[in-house]
Amino acid sequence: MMKEIILIKLGEIVLKGLNRKNFEDTLMRCIRRRLAKIGEFHVRDAQSTIYVEPVHDDADMDEAALCVSRIFGIAAYARACVTEKDLPAIQQAAAEYLKDTLEDIRTFKVEAKRSDKKFPFRSPEICTEVGGYLLEQYPHLTVDVHHPDVVITVEVRDFGAYIRAGLERGAGGIPVGTGGKACVLISGGIDSPVASYMMAKRGLELMAVHFASPPYTSERAEEKVVELLRRVARYSGRLKMYTVPFTKLQEEIHEKCKEEYFTIIMRRFMMVIAERLAREKGAQALITGESLGQVASQTIGAIACTDIVCGMPVFRPLIGMDKEEIIDISRKIDTFDISIQPYEDCCTVFTPKHPRTRPVLDKVVEEQAKIDSEPLIEEAIANVKVRDIL
Amino acid sequence: MNEIYLDNSATTMTCEEAAQTACRMMTLCYGNPSSLHSKGHEAAIELEKARASCAGLLGCEKEEIFFTSGGTESNNTAVFGAARALKRRGNKIITTAFEHSSVGEAVQQLEKDGFEVICLKPDQKGRFSPEELREVIDDKTILVSIMYVNNETGAIQPIECVRRIIERAKAPALFHVDAVQAFGKLPVKPKKWGIDLLSASSHKIHGPKGAGLLYVRKGARILPLHFGGEQEQKLRPGTEPVALLCAMGEAIRQLPDLSQELTQMQTLNRFCREQLAGIENVHINSDLDCLPYILNFSVEGIRSETMLHYLAEKGIYVSSGSACARGKKSHVLAAMGLSPARIDSAVRVSFSRYNTLSDVEELVKEIKNANNTLARSRQK
Repeated sequence: MMKEIILIKLGEIVLKGLNRKNFEDTLMRCIRRRLAKIGEFHVRDAQSTIYVEPVHDDADMDEAALCVSRIFGIAAYARACVTEKDLPAIQQAAAEYLKDTLEDIRTFKVEAKRSDKKFPFRSPEICTEVGGYLLEQYPHLTVDVHHPDVVITVEVRDFGAYIRAGLERGAGGIPVGTGGKACVLISGGIDSPVASYMMAKRGLELMAVHFASPPYTSERAEEKVVELLRRVARYSGRLKMYTVPFTKLQEEIHEKCKEEYFTIIMRRFMMVIAERLAREKGAQALITGESLGQVASQTIGAIACTDIVCGMPVFRPLIGMDKEEIIDISRKIDTFDISIQPYEDCCTVFTPKHPRTRPVLDKVVEEQAKIDSEPLIEEAIANVKVRDIL
Repeated sequence: MNEIYLDNSATTMTCEEAAQTACRMMTLCYGNPSSLHSKGHEAAIELEKARASCAGLLGCEKEEIFFTSGGTESNNTAVFGAARALKRRGNKIITTAFEHSSVGEAVQQLEKDGFEVICLKPDQKGRFSPEELREVIDDKTILVSIMYVNNETGAIQPIECVRRIIERAKAPALFHVDAVQAFGKLPVKPKKWGIDLLSASSHKIHGPKGAGLLYVRKGARILPLHFGGEQEQKLRPGTEPVALLCAMGEAIRQLPDLSQELTQMQTLNRFCREQLAGIENVHINSDLDCLPYILNFSVEGIRSETMLHYLAEKGIYVSSGSACARGKKSHVLAAMGLSPARIDSAVRVSFSRYNTLSDVEELVKEIKNANNTLARSRQK
């Protein structure tokens, strides 16, 4: 049986000058940790390529490739077969390993890279020999050096020869953890998982804060968020979810404040609580799924009123996106079908009939002052429930 | 915490005897009823015993009972099976606007395939009008499908008059009745009422989930949806879930005298109505003539889901509308013309023989508490 490995080409991180080593180390750690769930793999770094090699022959390489395709910081990857550095062995392995691909195509070309200069054939000779052999084995094929259906690459390295067909596009972005840590406010809708994904892609490690208001919201709504975060974690890696009991604050706002300010005051408290939790856990920014003008609480005026309570940066990666664009990403990361399950969430419970779209900050502050909020905020934070999302 | 289960129209607790029967069939009498050896024969005998119990309850022949996986499969088999069998004789299907989704969605599929579907509207009491049926039926009508008891309100439909209307119109129609909420609770008489197809389920009457039946009148012909072995006269091939079906038979044998139980439900229902009537914001949506097992009411200003979770925290289990339409607005109450505020806040309680007056007292107490303490939505 032929041995299969995954070759990984680095993305943007090669641009990062002196930090490069740090980025590469983080990426290696990410890859190791994420693959550990699937099986035992050797992950090593040589000649600007990362090699993922299974320790056991029965490793699930489909699952491993899928996992690699979701790790940020990877520009491209390919599954390849390993052989001895011996021309007949390389020829045979190419014909056998690429059988399914070669049967489906008409034209191909072979490219060779020889970094082991002790190998007796030079790169053009490798191309000719391997290409010739494949033409003999698969008579329906022809060589096309300009527009081939498939490019077959043979790499002769210090420790072996690799054969692969094409490269798959990786998840892009930069490795999770190189950008620090941020805290996402997640409700259960379509937007916040997409926002989480997008910021993880820019190298942020995530933590999540969810607001629960039993009995107005149910355990199922909370389970739904857990399920959404599990999908996000396929890209971001593991994270912690903090569930904040929010009922008392919501009831208090509902009772004491004018209805049209309800949502905005509620969101201000959410930001305050999220920021405190974020600081406590070492995060440096908040993430929300807001998109300008999508609902009343996401107008420029409403965002101004909520933003001001927060002393750390608030990232809103969806701010300029249309709903359709957001849905496209949520389908890609497989969160859409979970998001649309119809459970009440904390944002929909007391939706006012005519919310303020152009709130005046002074008025909001005045309304909010009707509540003695500090003890309630402290109580909510003291009763936060933590869950590990793997 | 004491558990008070008032969601018996969603499903019931399997009674001890039925559970034991299932266990015995799984571990001791586990043969395949189609096997020729004695182990198989033994299972076949048990299965026929269950069939006899079903036939007994419906007052029909054993051969007219076809086992299925439950209400949804029975309804689908009836609707599609009848439409396929009679499609050469006509194109019109008549049903109501308040059927269970396993009939409603099924006829919608047929509508896409080109059948003309007419949905009868309910009156304020939640019942269809025989007059309207008389007006719309014609000699091209191939199926009339009407439920006996509505699952959300408990409204009992006047189905006894349907057969005569079909005959007067000289319609070739088969008459299907979804009797899932009535089976084992009210007398159901397919022979007397001229019903051709009738669906029933096991888990609404303290049997296990995953078992049900379709009554097919001898002489009525429908086409199967599944193909394979010879089981259930080829209408529903596949090895029978013997344990579940025998447990359904046992659950039927355990049913108390129907009229006695009906009286008990009457008492619970009346008491509940009286107690609720005194509470501000509460409106009863079930008419007095409804099946007493079901009581639908609205606590205006408190969303159904909030009320449901509030009660669940106190160990009381009820339903918002119907359990099959989790989170969706009730199409039944909407068809009855209730205001959005009433629909948004509708709660269904459904009783079983295991409920007592003190359960109802506890429910009413907590509804009062909820009414006083929960923050209300200000939409009207």
